[in-house]
Amino acid sequence: MTALLSAQSVSKSYGARAGCMDVCFDLWPGEVLAIVGESGSGKTTLLRCLSGHLPASSGKVHYSMRDGRHVALDEMSEAERRLLMRTDWGFVHQDARDGLRMGVSAGANVGERMMAVGERHYGHIRATATDWLERVEIPEDRIDDSPWSYSGGMRQRLQIARNLVTSPRLVFMDEPTGGLDVSVQARLLDLIRGLVKRLDLAAIVVTHDLAVARLLSSRMMVMQQGRVIEQGLTDQILEDPQAPYTQLLVSSVLQV
Amino acid sequence: MSAVLKIENLSKSFVLHQQAGVRIPVFDCLNAEVEAGEAVAVTGPSGRGKSSLLKLVYGTYRANAGAINVLSNVGWTDVVTAAPRDVIELRRDVIGYVTQFLRVIPRVPAEMVVAEPMMDRGIVQEQALERARTLLERLNIPERLWHLSPMTFSGGEQQRVNIARGFAAHFPILLLDEPTASLDTDNRNRVLELVAEARGQGSAILAVFHDEAERRIACSRSIGLD
Amino acid sequence: MNAPAYNFAYLNEQTKRMIRRAILKAIAVPGYQVPFASREMPMPYGWGTGGVQVTAAVLTPEDTLKVIDQGADDTTNAVSIRKFFVKTAGVATTERTEEASVIQTRHRIPEAPLTEEQILVFQVPIPEPLRFLEPRETETRTMHALEEYGVMHVKLYEDIAQYGEIATTYAYPAKVADRYVFDPSPIPKFDNPKLDNCPALQLFGAGREKRIYAVPPYTKVKSLDFEDHPFEVQSWSEPCALCGSCHSFLDEIVMDDKGTRMFVCSDSDFCARQRGER
Repeated sequence: MTALLSAQSVSKSYGARAGCMDVCFDLWPGEVLAIVGESGSGKTTLLRCLSGHLPASSGKVHYSMRDGRHVALDEMSEAERRLLMRTDWGFVHQDARDGLRMGVSAGANVGERMMAVGERHYGHIRATATDWLERVEIPEDRIDDSPWSYSGGMRQRLQIARNLVTSPRLVFMDEPTGGLDVSVQARLLDLIRGLVKRLDLAAIVVTHDLAVARLLSSRMMVMQQGRVIEQGLTDQILEDPQAPYTQLLVSSVLQV
Repeated sequence: MSAVLKIENLSKSFVLHQQAGVRIPVFDCLNAEVEAGEAVAVTGPSGRGKSSLLKLVYGTYRANAGAINVLSNVGWTDVVTAAPRDVIELRRDVIGYVTQFLRVIPRVPAEMVVAEPMMDRGIVQEQALERARTLLERLNIPERLWHLSPMTFSGGEQQRVNIARGFAAHFPILLLDEPTASLDTDNRNRVLELVAEARGQGSAILAVFHDEAERRIACSRSIGLD
Repeated sequence: MNAPAYNFAYLNEQTKRMIRRAILKAIAVPGYQVPFASREMPMPYGWGTGGVQVTAAVLTPEDTLKVIDQGADDTTNAVSIRKFFVKTAGVATTERTEEASVIQTRHRIPEAPLTEEQILVFQVPIPEPLRFLEPRETETRTMHALEEYGVMHVKLYEDIAQYGEIATTYAYPAKVADRYVFDPSPIPKFDNPKLDNCPALQLFGAGREKRIYAVPPYTKVKSLDFEDHPFEVQSWSEPCALCGSCHSFLDEIVMDDKGTRMFVCSDSDFCARQRGER
């Protein structure tokens, strides 16, 4: 078995300023990796490099394609990379407006990826979209409504359905619960957790919230000033943090 | 019977960087073995690292030195140096860990909490749920609660759900951290029964029992940390 | 003002060559939008400046020109453009489809079948069919390059979800030669089947957006649709009130303020001919 995604010394600099430096890890099928750190620690830059949205300044990201090839992202053709992004990968943005097509209905948002890979039967598209809305707990009668009429939590769930409809093997999530009410967050996290488990998805979740990391991930990476300062199993990092910064991070969580 | 868990020259200390880098030693050069089918009690005054030892074996705490070798069907694995995914595999197939506290996940019903470790191992949902319900029944969790999230359960009920979860999946190695701490006599006896059954099925058990009488019933020997 | 003050057909020869190069490229890559250096014309954008430049570039002194707007030869836009070319090129004009060698049109394809001897020039307001869903030009170009046309069906999906059928009735997107999806300009979808395998050369000019594209003679043009909602053209419950045709595109005309309406052919030449024959 080979890693699904492997990062080798991935670095990204913006001029003299470093976004992320020398990041190495392997992600295996079905694994959920959380990347935590404070704002500006480089976690979002890293996520964008890993997901092919931003070219790395140096280092390599390899991905195991469905046909078994192990391909470097920067050596893929643009057509292949874009196809990957809308079939085998998903990307859940913090702001659902960045991840949804706000001008069209919820059903069309879910159906778009199917149509993009050649589905031309309206009835099938409609039935699949309905099924997915149900799986993310959106009532069927909201299928023709615009995402503008949705609440924040619903939009986020719609974004997830839109990404998962092509059965991707890897989903990138950038602060998926950021900006939501705590009660809405809990429901969303639980939903994501269930889907990830049931669909055997691998995921890379960027978050500054350790509770999100604890609930979703089996492994964690802690970033500070662009570098990974500690990585390991999620319970290891949270219960036996080694680096001074990680200890500070863990001890700063308020106990309710 | 032969050892399935070998702890060799294990050392652990904590360094608290937020408190002027103070170093708290836990233990040094610890050696122990547990065989299949035996239950070994970890004893010692509080604060000596009884729970820490269990967490080290489970991989939650990271050792400073030494090895924790665990036998599985792929051979021996050293938890101290194993890659995260290997530890995850061990936790799925080999090592079970029961604490007195259940980490409740909102909206997941009690019977699913118990069935999950079995399903992770590929047992079909119906079968896993059946076994989960048997255990919940034995531990006196009323049937009307099985479909509810343990979020609103009492401490004792949550603890019993957690015990059911730990015993349901027949782990070859079981780590028990005060599994009877806040239970009444009847439920304590049920737990002790489960321990005896697990031993009978060949599980190696490493346990912390607060109560000496229970310890004597459950375990055949002990490792002292003093 | 007399014609000799201008070069033949208003534009200078350099400009016409530039436009012809764009046209040749457009013919070579059917359906692909070729950028060109669109000129200021003595009429406002939206009046067909793109079509006028294409016509000017293909026109020869021997040509006979027909100009229609919404199918009619006698509307303001058509009359103005026809007069423009009479004045600047001195070419013969006609209202009869089969007599014309170059036909400039806005929003219609004539009902009479076209021939290999003819060129049909369309005026195009917005050439980019993907614009509705993707506002970034860099992105739409990439989508064309990579044949990422899934979003086109998103629009059709929305139609069916909202109206129970594909409600897009004009500027209906189609795929040219199994490759590029294009916007056939705001012609009614009734005319889309005429684009397919047409013997005449069809050229499309967008003046404000500075794009030229083409459907060469006998090229496959397939209107987009779903398997279970196939492409269909409009039909009317009554024939043309003037000529009795059942197979032409009809305009609805309100006769008075009591709601009396009648349906008549939008192609005025076709309608007159039908009446003459009857």
